[in-house]
Amino acid sequence: MPLILVGGLIFGFGLAYSHMARPEVVLDFLQFDDFGLLFVMFGAAIVTGIGFAVMPRIRDGAPLTGDRYERRLKSFDRNVLIGGGIFGVGWGLSGICPGAAYASLGIGNVTILWALVGMFAGAYLQGVWRSERAGSDASPAGAD
Amino acid sequence: MSAELAVLGQIVPAETFPNGISRYAIGGLLVGLGAVVIYLGTGIAAGASTFLESTLSYVSEQSRFKQYRASRDWRVVFTLGIILGAGVYAVLWQGGTWTTEVQPWRLLIGGVLVGIGTRVGKGCTSGHGVCGVGSASKTSIIGVITFLSVAIVTAQIIQVLGVSP
Repeated sequence: MPLILVGGLIFGFGLAYSHMARPEVVLDFLQFDDFGLLFVMFGAAIVTGIGFAVMPRIRDGAPLTGDRYERRLKSFDRNVLIGGGIFGVGWGLSGICPGAAYASLGIGNVTILWALVGMFAGAYLQGVWRSERAGSDASPAGAD
Repeated sequence: MSAELAVLGQIVPAETFPNGISRYAIGGLLVGLGAVVIYLGTGIAAGASTFLESTLSYVSEQSRFKQYRASRDWRVVFTLGIILGAGVYAVLWQGGTWTTEVQPWRLLIGGVLVGIGTRVGKGCTSGHGVCGVGSASKTSIIGVITFLSVAIVTAQIIQVLGVSP
């Protein structure tokens, strides 16, 4: 738990430092006024790419949980495209994604609570729909 | 000549990086480092949007949320860490609070779509973008291409419609 807090601290500090916690900066990127955000996404993915690739070669498992270092790859189905499309419309409209929204709260942006309320409402709605669908189906729905 | 530049400016920015790249690059490296620190200690590839559903499992009995009960406690800690880390930046570098000018209706409606879309689509900018791309997951790369291109089109349409901020 303390390690997750430290990791979260670095993650959130990075989001604030990169200004990705500001919807205006994300919208400037999506509207091609400032391409700097590419460095945030690729910079972060390069670091995780190195970390995720190197660690399994050094140790078998994580020291705190004993879990093996492995790639937990998510299965592909049309939900990835449907959900990605819905997320894209929301991201393009608001300029905020979940991690950046938490960080935005940290930099004192209380207005972002509108987005956070919306995210919980959206997550709840799809949870109710999918719970009901899974309940009405005779066969259990595929886990994801 | 200047009129021509003004027209071009609508499509191509006057500068590709009007704010430089260091803040973006350093911030991005730290975001990745935060994810790697968690992975090193626990083997978990952390994402931010699952927190939405795992936290709902505290208050809702919907069967969909039950699968996240095991991880909900550490996800709260992760999110608190993100908020606190950003708070440290606000105190030390930003010199106080900052608030967005983007209109509440955009944040609210956009937020609802983000909440639905990230959960249906199995990940967000951190789960698919940072951790998934970092693991060279094909699903995540397709996910990122999907939401990034749709977001660009959406934001451009919003701009053409004259909605600002």
